Amino acid sequence: MSRLGLRRVRKAFGGLDVLADISLSVDAGEFVSILGPSGAGKSTLFQLLTGAEHGEGEMIFDGAPLDDHGRHFAFMPQRDALMPWRRILDNTTLGLEVQGVGRKAARARVAPLFAEFGLAGFERHFPAQLSAGMRQRAALLRTVVQERDMLLLDEPFGALDALTRAAMQRWLEQMWRHHRWTALLITHDVREAVFLSDRIYVFSARPARVVREIKVPLPRPRDRTGTATRQAGALEAEILDILLNLQPSRGHDHD
Amino acid sequence: MSVGLLLVAWELYANYSGIKPTILPAPSRVFEQAILNREALVDNAIPTIRATLIGFAFSLGAAFALSMLVDFFQPLRRALFPVFIVSQTLPLVAIAPLVVLWFGFGLTPKIVLVALVTFFPMLVALVQGYEATEAEIGQMLRAMGAGRWRVFMLARLPSALPYFFAGLRISITYAVVGAIFAEYAGAAKGLGIYMLNAKNNFRPDLVLAAVGVSAALTLVLFGLTVLLQRLAMPWERAAGRQAAGKGPQA
Ligand SMILES: Nc1ncnc2c1ncn2[C@@H]1O[C@H](COP(=O)(O)OP(=O)(O)OP(=O)(O)O)[C@@H](O)[C@H]1O
Ligand SMILES: [Mg+2]
Repeated sequence: MSRLGLRRVRKAFGGLDVLADISLSVDAGEFVSILGPSGAGKSTLFQLLTGAEHGEGEMIFDGAPLDDHGRHFAFMPQRDALMPWRRILDNTTLGLEVQGVGRKAARARVAPLFAEFGLAGFERHFPAQLSAGMRQRAALLRTVVQERDMLLLDEPFGALDALTRAAMQRWLEQMWRHHRWTALLITHDVREAVFLSDRIYVFSARPARVVREIKVPLPRPRDRTGTATRQAGALEAEILDILLNLQPSRGHDHD
Repeated sequence: MSVGLLLVAWELYANYSGIKPTILPAPSRVFEQAILNREALVDNAIPTIRATLIGFAFSLGAAFALSMLVDFFQPLRRALFPVFIVSQTLPLVAIAPLVVLWFGFGLTPKIVLVALVTFFPMLVALVQGYEATEAEIGQMLRAMGAGRWRVFMLARLPSALPYFFAGLRISITYAVVGAIFAEYAGAAKGLGIYMLNAKNNFRPDLVLAAVGVSAALTLVLFGLTVLLQRLAMPWERAAGRQAAGKGPQA
């Protein structure tokens, strides 16, 4: 069953075509990734979904046109967007606070998740006192605790070193298996997309269009060992090949 | 340190160059006279402090109110900013007597002048600070369902705090001077009028004693803003400690 459906979505900033033609869908409980070159317009798509910008085309959520953007999505921006002036605990309750949940109730809801997110003991710290990996986990905790219909994750691990990133991917895959969030993830890390996703959309360079939709038939739980590894490796190579052979952006073309 | 050296050099020069104390009194003499005349100095400092604080409070309120107005109604910004900028180019020497002429010899003209000289740095700092809010934070809050007021209170205002305190520190150093200027132009009591009288009586030592008092006032106010910033922004110091390498690891 499709939760989110986009049909022929387009967006231009002034004269700059950013999204040329985006059609995609995300089913309930599905983990879908968007892969594409830098500057393609991936974050712009999230701006349309969260209502920060308006575009053309159809955006459908649970069968109805998407209008009340605030209700459906829990959005994690490209940078962690933690508020430096709030302690980690208060950062993670932010979304609940905006929803009108009282402070005590909000804290009670996030508290049990701190251990699961590897943040136990750091509730009273400020973001600047945490490592990059911990900050990303705090931002992720702030996002999932909102209990919206769907997660929008914009390069959650983009700023991390390779080792921490691999650890975080493994952790997120476990978490996802446990919670079965409906999720749309932006990344330009091919391995990350293959490791985490059920399906992958590959975007062209700006102006972005979907050049390929790829199913990832790998069994879960995923780990980077065993027979599945070779299959994953082949898939990664195939996707990388698509990305490297993307035609240079055709600019004004609007077919 | 450097202030100390300057005082020593001044002391030596005043004592050994043969210059008359009615032209350049030595710091030791200024200090002596300040102690002797402490009652008059305190007596005159009180109205100055009062004018400074009340004027500054008005200025602070106006800066916050206008900065918010300008933040919520962007077109106002283009309309109002030229007026504010012109208000900053008015020479204090010319404007002070006029303000006294319009508002009399009471407290009002002092408040007006203090507000006039302190208001602009804080306004500019606040407006700039709101603008410095991370775009992602705004987008995230709107995605959470927050309206403009929520976004302002949760993100724009706290983001502006470091800017605000920078502006506040500049403003506070003008505040006492503004009050003294107003008194110079006409007052019954105050450090400004005290300086004027001392000058007319050829007592540069007392002028300097009053200058010392006003400098001390400014320093105290400045110290208070630094203290206030520490209290209002505890995360800054936490970040500092982390930079010193005592933070946790992932
Ligand atoms: N609010 C905006 N106003 C004008 N141009 C914008 C705006 N937001 C994005 N753009 C432009 O749209 C293009 C795509 O930006 P976007 O951030 O969506 O890329 P991206 O695919 O997320 O890239 P990256 O992978 O580097 O994050 C860029 O050229 C950018 O300058
Ligand atoms: Mg992006």
